[in-house]
Amino acid sequence: MSEVTVQGGQEVVGVARIEGPILVVEGGTNVSYDEVVEIQDSRGQLRRGRVLEVGEGYAVIQAFAGSTGLSIDGTRVRFLGTTLHIPVAEEMLGRIFDGLGNPIDGGPEPLTDHYADINGQPINPTARIYPRDYIQTGISTIDGVNTLLRGQKLPLFSGAGMPHDQLAAQIVRQATLGKVAGAPQTEGEEFAIVFAAMGVKNDVAEYFRRSFTESGALTRVAMFLNLADDPPVERIVTPRAALTLAEYLAYEREMHVLVVLTDMTNYGEALRQISNVRGEVPSRKGYPGYLYSDLASMYERTGRIRTSKGSITQIPILTMPNDDITHPMPDLTGYITEGQIVLGRELNFAGIYPPVAVLPSLSRLMKDGIGKNRTRDDHPRWGAQLYAAYARTQDVRALASVIGEEELSDVDQKYLKFGRAFEREFVNQSFTENRTIERTLEIGWKLLSILPRKELTRVTLDEIAIYYKGDDAAN
Amino acid sequence: MSDQVGTITWISGPVVRARGSRHVGMLELVEVGADHLVGEVIGLKGDQMTIQVYEETAGMQTGAPIYGTGLPLSVELGPGLIQSIYDGVQRPLPLIEQAMGSFINRGAHFDSISREKKWKFTPKVKVGDAVKGGAVLGVVMETETFEHRVMLNPDDHGTITWVAPVGEYTVADPIAKLKMGKEEKTVTMLQRWPVRRARPFTNRRPANIPLITGQRILDTFFPVAKGGAAGIPGPFGSGKTVTQHSIAKWADAEIIVYIGCGERGNEMTEVLQEFPHLVDPRTGRPLMERTVLIANTSNMPVAAREASIYTGITIAEYYRDMGYHVALMADSTSRWAEALREVSGRLEEMPAEEGYPAYLAGRLAEFYERAGYVNNLNDTQGSVSIVGAVSPPGGDFSEPVTQHTKRFIRCFWALDKSLASARHFPAINWLDSYSEYLEDVGAWWREKTGKDWLTMRNRAMELLSEESRLSQIVKLVGPDALPYTERMVLETTRLIREGLLQQNATETVDAFSSVEKQIRMLELVLYFHERGMAIVKRGAPINLIHDLPVVDTIIRAKSTVTNEELHKFDDIQKQIDQQMGQLDAEYRS
Ligand SMILES: Nc1ncnc2c1ncn2[C@@H]1O[C@H](COP(=O)(O)OP(=O)(O)OP(=O)(O)O)[C@@H](O)[C@H]1O
Ligand SMILES: [Mg+2]
Repeated sequence: MSEVTVQGGQEVVGVARIEGPILVVEGGTNVSYDEVVEIQDSRGQLRRGRVLEVGEGYAVIQAFAGSTGLSIDGTRVRFLGTTLHIPVAEEMLGRIFDGLGNPIDGGPEPLTDHYADINGQPINPTARIYPRDYIQTGISTIDGVNTLLRGQKLPLFSGAGMPHDQLAAQIVRQATLGKVAGAPQTEGEEFAIVFAAMGVKNDVAEYFRRSFTESGALTRVAMFLNLADDPPVERIVTPRAALTLAEYLAYEREMHVLVVLTDMTNYGEALRQISNVRGEVPSRKGYPGYLYSDLASMYERTGRIRTSKGSITQIPILTMPNDDITHPMPDLTGYITEGQIVLGRELNFAGIYPPVAVLPSLSRLMKDGIGKNRTRDDHPRWGAQLYAAYARTQDVRALASVIGEEELSDVDQKYLKFGRAFEREFVNQSFTENRTIERTLEIGWKLLSILPRKELTRVTLDEIAIYYKGDDAAN
Repeated sequence: MSDQVGTITWISGPVVRARGSRHVGMLELVEVGADHLVGEVIGLKGDQMTIQVYEETAGMQTGAPIYGTGLPLSVELGPGLIQSIYDGVQRPLPLIEQAMGSFINRGAHFDSISREKKWKFTPKVKVGDAVKGGAVLGVVMETETFEHRVMLNPDDHGTITWVAPVGEYTVADPIAKLKMGKEEKTVTMLQRWPVRRARPFTNRRPANIPLITGQRILDTFFPVAKGGAAGIPGPFGSGKTVTQHSIAKWADAEIIVYIGCGERGNEMTEVLQEFPHLVDPRTGRPLMERTVLIANTSNMPVAAREASIYTGITIAEYYRDMGYHVALMADSTSRWAEALREVSGRLEEMPAEEGYPAYLAGRLAEFYERAGYVNNLNDTQGSVSIVGAVSPPGGDFSEPVTQHTKRFIRCFWALDKSLASARHFPAINWLDSYSEYLEDVGAWWREKTGKDWLTMRNRAMELLSEESRLSQIVKLVGPDALPYTERMVLETTRLIREGLLQQNATETVDAFSSVEKQIRMLELVLYFHERGMAIVKRGAPINLIHDLPVVDTIIRAKSTVTNEELHKFDDIQKQIDQQMGQLDAEYRS
């Protein structure tokens, strides 16, 4: 192995070992941890990678595009002396990039001298503004009972074959700054959208592109695409590149940015693959012990800071292997994000769109963005009541399946009726239906009015007097 | 200030190896690389040392220097801790923000306690006094209502040769001089203490005073004692953080140490923005004026996350030593255990269960052992209570962190996913939870309320476990198959669940229940049960009880009756008497 110093960093010729996407290079001095390298194969083709470990006289490198075609002797590795940076600029909106941030839409490199480290830096908790402004998505199961706020990270937990892409597209299309119920709908400030695809099929990326085009949003969207047939290791970089642009737009250009990351499960698999090749001690299901910290280093790049009017709201999408919510990817995601929207197989079979399984879904920031002066005074208790009633419905259904519907008490019969109506009228809405918050609240009260008023212990008596329209409204 | 002691030979994430082991000690604090990043020596072998680095190591090179400090990882203790927010190694986050902006950069070096701020010191010793470690040399008002007792370092003792007169001093100014043998030592208000070493005390006292949290399911059903340790495990979104925030707000401790260990940035911001506006019912001052925050969020360096727990507990012990009751919240101990695992993995240590190092249990034990109600060196009494959140993967309590934690705590608040999805909050499962402090704190309740709390509490628990048995039957055959007496149990347990156990942390009246309110509610529900049972036994159909208007009134009482208007419970009791009385009369004949 020989070493030559070329312009822009030292170069090592030849590698000691290649294993999967991992190369071990000997020689090279003062290599930095996490430094970017350029790898040249024997035919002169370039690919990039980064340093995972440095020791005296050697470095372990991960090649983003994998090691196919690399040989022990014919490979040259050039250390670039810096961590991975991408250009960031407002004009990147409307453009399409590969998973490493290189333009693939035929357009020029973004013209900017602003480069940012893809790893970002942690936001100081004292610099944050706690999110309080809700985003009206026009979808009852979100606005009503799992309200999304600007600066929140709220993932979609889905499964293969469920309409998570449609739901994400609908959210993106309809999202506007929320208003107090009944206030006139003004033109909302528009969101900039940063979209990152990790290992999804081309038609998924195409679906989103079309949907952005149809809604006229395309000029506000930057897409970072690592598709199913692109190198898996590159997926490690894709969401970070996307978030780096999002941070620039939100915190330096003061924009409200919506980040859609799909599919985080593919990201996790790439991370697991590298970890396994390196022989690291796995924790659960072969995933590395640092999966939580690794995911947090991306999901926490969400929020608002005091020095900017902008915000980053994240909607990561992940398909749960075998619909298993305890699988490490959804599990650790749920431990980091501020709630989750879970899609349910049964609702989907029943033809309900969006098939949001209300009970396991949650928005933790909801409480701070709704209620008096934000949506409507009764909203928090109304939501809790709908939840409680729908949870009770599940018990009644279980009972009915044992003893038969006819045997149920009157009250339980009413719960069954409530449950059916809740799914068909509240959860179910069309892909193009954009409900106002007052419409959502109105539907909820209509459904609660199916139940005897005595059952409604989560709402106040005053609220019952105003909104309850059931048979026994009088007593 | 510090000398180069070594040279970096290997870097992998937060772990660095360097040559030069002869010049450092185990657990010594070192500065790593040209940027002087903070690190700690965690291994020595041959001429190599292993260092965990408390900051991001990207960009660091082999061949870079290591500087020694000769000191172990320590915290600064003195007036000015209260209302602070620190990272895991006690760097003040507001100063980092001032210097670096909204994002945390590397290489920050700031004093943890301001050297400029002046405090009004009043001496409590005089020249010639013989003082031992922990002795109170003087006091300063750290907040408007909090008296900070300036203590002699526990390791020192001697005779006072000089003491500062009443006046304004910084923590760097001498406030006393002391003759220790032949040496004369100058004492300031600032102490350093190694975080991994528990601060000494004279002996432990029995933990028999409950830590009152205002949370009914905790105080009434599963109390933790002052100086005790409780674990709160639960899957994501089940209520660990909300419960810990509630305790931090309402617990009757004089000092709260809240450690956000590997959790969300927004949650710390929430505390920072909310606590200054909430009033401490005991002092009338903002809650922030009794709070110290440690925030090492999930995206901050993982080794500093490991340290954050120790930083927090050492600060808690310091206030305990002054004779105060301190409650410490750690959210989440699982993230701390994972930090241990991550560092251990990089060291290629032999893993035990699920990749955790074999010393996990030992470290957990050491941490929870630092809780206690003690007689201090200075003859005051103080306590540190620990509430540790546990985040088991997949919500499965059989995993190592939950299992080992259970060995070292005496109070277990088991959160339940299905309760949380039905929005039954706090989603603490009353059948899976336990407290081993029940007998210990019984006397306190009797003295405080004049009532036999434990008997009533046990009666309510009996009804709840009866309910669980009955609901198995209901699931199979429906409620109609049960005799009325058993359905009466279900009526009452519904009141217990919805009226007592459920408590909405976001609602002003409900968020905090005084002890008196708690016992009154418990009494009322049991009274309802006894009266109802008597009537049902005489053959009255259960739906007559179910339909009594007072049922709704009892369920709503938690949010309609404030802590100040407990007489309203007498009215509710009258309603029970009146409505039940009517039924009773009807079915007597
Ligand atoms: N006592 C309560 N009153 C009202 N709401 C509650 C209560 N406890 C929990 N919740 C609800 O449950 C949500 C989740 O609670 P929390 O954030 O404490 O979960 P967690 O167990 O800390 O989850 P994670 O492990 O992901 O941090 C809250 O956002 C809130 O909506
Ligand atoms: Mg939490």
